[in-house]
Amino acid sequence: MTILDGYEMVVGLEVHTELKTVTKLFCGCANAFGSAPNTNVCPVCLGLPGSLPVLNRGAVELAMAIGTALGCSILPSSFHRKNYFYPDMPKDYQISQYDEPINVGGTLELPDGSTVRIERAHLEEDTGKTTHVGASGRIHGAERSLVDYNRAGVPLVEIVSAPDITSAAQARAYAAELRSILVATGASDGRMEEGSMRVDANVSVRRVGDATLGTRCEIKNLNSLRSLQRAVDHEAERQSELVAAGGRVVQETRHWDEVAGTTVTMRSKEEAYDYRYFPEPDLLPLVPEDPWRDRVAAELPALPAARRTTLLALLGEPTPSQRDQVLSVVELGIDAMVTSAVSSGVDPARALSRVANEVAALNGAETLGVDDVVTVLSMEQAGELSATHAKAVLADLVEHGGDPRELAKRRGFEQLDASSLDATIDEVVASFPDEWTRYCQGDDKLAQFFVGHVMKQTKGQADGKAVIAGLASRRSR
Amino acid sequence: MTTAIELADSVRRGETTATTLTEGSLAAIAAGNGALNAFLHVDVDGALSAAARVDRAVANGEDPGPLAGVPIALKDNLCTRGVPTTAASRILEGWRPPYTATVVDRLLGAGAIPVGKTNLDEFAMGSSTENSAFGPTRNPHDHARVPGGSSGGSAAAVASGMVPIGLGSDTGGSIRQPAALCGVVGVKPTYGMVSRYGLIAFASSLDQIGPLTRSVADAAVCLEVIAGHDPRDSTSLQEPAPSLVASLHDGVEGRTVALVRELLDGAAPDVEAAVNASAAVLRDAGATVIEISIPELRLGLSAYYLIAPAEASSNLARYDGVRYGLRVDADDLTMMNVATRTKGFGDEVKRRIMLGTYALSAGYYDAYYGRAQRVRTLLSRAFAGAYGRADLLVGATAPTTAFELGAKTTDPMAMYLSDVYTIPSNLSGDPAITVPFGSGADGLPLGVQLLGPARSERLVFAAAQVLEEGAPR
Amino acid sequence: MTSLSREDVAHVAKLARLALSDEDLERYTDQLRAVLDHARDLEAFDFESTAPTAHPFAAAAYLREDVVVEGLDRDEVLNQAPAVEDDRFCVPQIIGDAP
Repeated sequence: MTILDGYEMVVGLEVHTELKTVTKLFCGCANAFGSAPNTNVCPVCLGLPGSLPVLNRGAVELAMAIGTALGCSILPSSFHRKNYFYPDMPKDYQISQYDEPINVGGTLELPDGSTVRIERAHLEEDTGKTTHVGASGRIHGAERSLVDYNRAGVPLVEIVSAPDITSAAQARAYAAELRSILVATGASDGRMEEGSMRVDANVSVRRVGDATLGTRCEIKNLNSLRSLQRAVDHEAERQSELVAAGGRVVQETRHWDEVAGTTVTMRSKEEAYDYRYFPEPDLLPLVPEDPWRDRVAAELPALPAARRTTLLALLGEPTPSQRDQVLSVVELGIDAMVTSAVSSGVDPARALSRVANEVAALNGAETLGVDDVVTVLSMEQAGELSATHAKAVLADLVEHGGDPRELAKRRGFEQLDASSLDATIDEVVASFPDEWTRYCQGDDKLAQFFVGHVMKQTKGQADGKAVIAGLASRRSR
Repeated sequence: MTTAIELADSVRRGETTATTLTEGSLAAIAAGNGALNAFLHVDVDGALSAAARVDRAVANGEDPGPLAGVPIALKDNLCTRGVPTTAASRILEGWRPPYTATVVDRLLGAGAIPVGKTNLDEFAMGSSTENSAFGPTRNPHDHARVPGGSSGGSAAAVASGMVPIGLGSDTGGSIRQPAALCGVVGVKPTYGMVSRYGLIAFASSLDQIGPLTRSVADAAVCLEVIAGHDPRDSTSLQEPAPSLVASLHDGVEGRTVALVRELLDGAAPDVEAAVNASAAVLRDAGATVIEISIPELRLGLSAYYLIAPAEASSNLARYDGVRYGLRVDADDLTMMNVATRTKGFGDEVKRRIMLGTYALSAGYYDAYYGRAQRVRTLLSRAFAGAYGRADLLVGATAPTTAFELGAKTTDPMAMYLSDVYTIPSNLSGDPAITVPFGSGADGLPLGVQLLGPARSERLVFAAAQVLEEGAPR
Repeated sequence: MTSLSREDVAHVAKLARLALSDEDLERYTDQLRAVLDHARDLEAFDFESTAPTAHPFAAAAYLREDVVVEGLDRDEVLNQAPAVEDDRFCVPQIIGDAP
């Protein structure tokens, strides 16, 4: 499934991210996911007659952090009303930024070195949540719908890229990198599945070499990075086939059907809304003073690109697969486990490998603490745990929690220190004098024989590499 | 008639009780409201329990505040928790807000007794209180005539002696014009001086709450209580309430007052004569009176009738039958929205919603709304120029005395022209006050309007006090 | 500024979710046209050099600290609703997606 030869795609992404503030954008209701319906509501976020919005300083600050991280100019801005009727919107207008957004212009550099320009990143309020009741559970064919306004008024930042993206893989890489940045700045938890980060893709195609852009379609309902990549690929293929067959692309909004793997028409341009934007009279212009901007910039934590550079530097001369692992641990936000382990004396390659493989497989960003992972890796580095046992302890940590040393002890993995390993090796060597002689004469295959016996004696607690090293040093004596 | 200040003083001194005053007010409403239809809802229980609280405070030696025991009428577009609030619209019939407007909280904190909710033009859109879904209010001076609007209920309640103070809202003259037509004082404060939190919005950048009273001093006390920054209203000025009573008798000696030609153009001869006579009173009090022209004021009406409906079209979108108020059932959501709004809104509200929707719609924004906003800039600049030459401006409040019911209901444009002198202050955000000044050829009350630059309430009130003292009896 | 047509009024009524009878449409068109005709006096002025005013006093925004303030009691809110189901506001079937 891909675009036809001779065509190229032009893609721009609009990413909405919910901000991790304590309260909503314009009122003091809690910004909390999963509360009982209509419990985080007040006159303002219910749009009751007479209520008025008051802007949340914390939300502005997170929006500024996002803008700073994306290299945007942070400018004086204002709010507009976007007018349309929909029951999840309590005032039947959305307060959003229109011609004067807070963050303008910027660049996102992707790990492969390509860059995507950012047009703007502006503040707006989220809508409530509508549940469709009836036969299908979907909007079409529902008998009625139920509205919960807990989410209404939750702060959002919409980040709009320039149409600089030229492949579905690049679209995915952009969204992944952006997500890492949003998580790094503390602005968002970046969870696409829970809807705290939502991506819409504007896709058009043109013949290679054409200067003018083709007619674009907007694709909605992209709930994962995978759906984004698939949907963009599919849409580019659909449009290129349509154009190649002499057809014309109609400007419209299309819905990605994850199961069918296709996009379907939601709304054509003729049905487009007339939003009647006008300046929100209940809010005054927002002017970020220089000291505020400077403080936000100074407090910005290390961003993914810098963190990748740090990891690569630790590795010295990374292999291609290590480069992939670096990408992946930073994308997953578990790279601090690697750097912390390395500063505690763990070998960088070992730390990266454990975190990129075991920790990632255990969904470690959610389930494991940095300190616990560092402890386990340090124990392994010191020979106190074998590789197998280190993995087992990590799995136990995820399942039961607790102290890694305690878990190792309870499992009986404790303490096979260097002296007891030495004693066991001596014992095994003494028990098999013939084999030892042959080994000393150069029959290296026998190393595995001795390792096997050491393992048997230690009930698997010995580190195979340490045993081989012990055998080799005895032979050279 | 006794002023609010005198009433509060006698309650604080223990010479009378809040309960006595409240019962008196409730009795006057019971006797007079049938003819006037000034109140849409009388909150007997709420008023008596508020009065009992004030009386207990006095008995305990506490000071209940500057409006101790003073009965107050609230325009029914001010939210009052648990008490029906309709904005005189079918679409909000039966709605009991779960919260209270900031101004009402502040009045209660000052010892005032809200006795009920007064009639208005639906959503404050009108100049005669005939656009109420619950019937028109009548002018206490002549029941065949309108009280003006949209705060006609509060104006009639104060003028007829039911309450000493009423609160109104003023978007294009909705406090000042009915005050003039009913013969009471009416104040449109500087935009942002009084919190709008809990005021059902008509046009957010123009709306301002203010008092209607029988004396300038009472208006000053009331404004001191309700003014001052409110963290729930972003547009509220970030400063405390001005001190007005202390400087009420400062006079106008040495001040320059400009008689503005555009604030008299088209006025009836008796209105014009009253304004000229008021200028003479100010001159006699030591002011220099000059005559000026501010041609830009002529554009105010057009700009207003684009900006106010545009904001209203958006403010009134929320009445969709989903969360509160009226719902007319239908098969799908859009049809339900349409049926609810079509039944729930009156004629004038629909007219303004459509006008405002048009002014904002694709392709017309620049020609209408955008242009009207530029006029606003021009107008503010023109006012600033005038205030370079004069401390205060004086003119008519309304072109005529109260007109008859039904006289303008079929011609919206004629009705809109009633606001021609009051609208400019809303567009600029500056304060203005109307003071009763004699009567017209028909014996009905007349008002004279004083305008000042932003935050000049002390000066405006001192001049209004001079006019009140010099007004013909 | 062009003259307002019946179609314009019908379109605007649709945007505003209002239903108009033919008679209403006729009457509103005349009335709205009168107001818009009056607004032609604005055409006489040169506005290009004049910035629009959205707020009477354009001070910088007042900001709220990011601290929770107690909201409303759900029952008090839902008691005012025309229809409720499962602690949520209930509306008839929605035809068409959100923008």
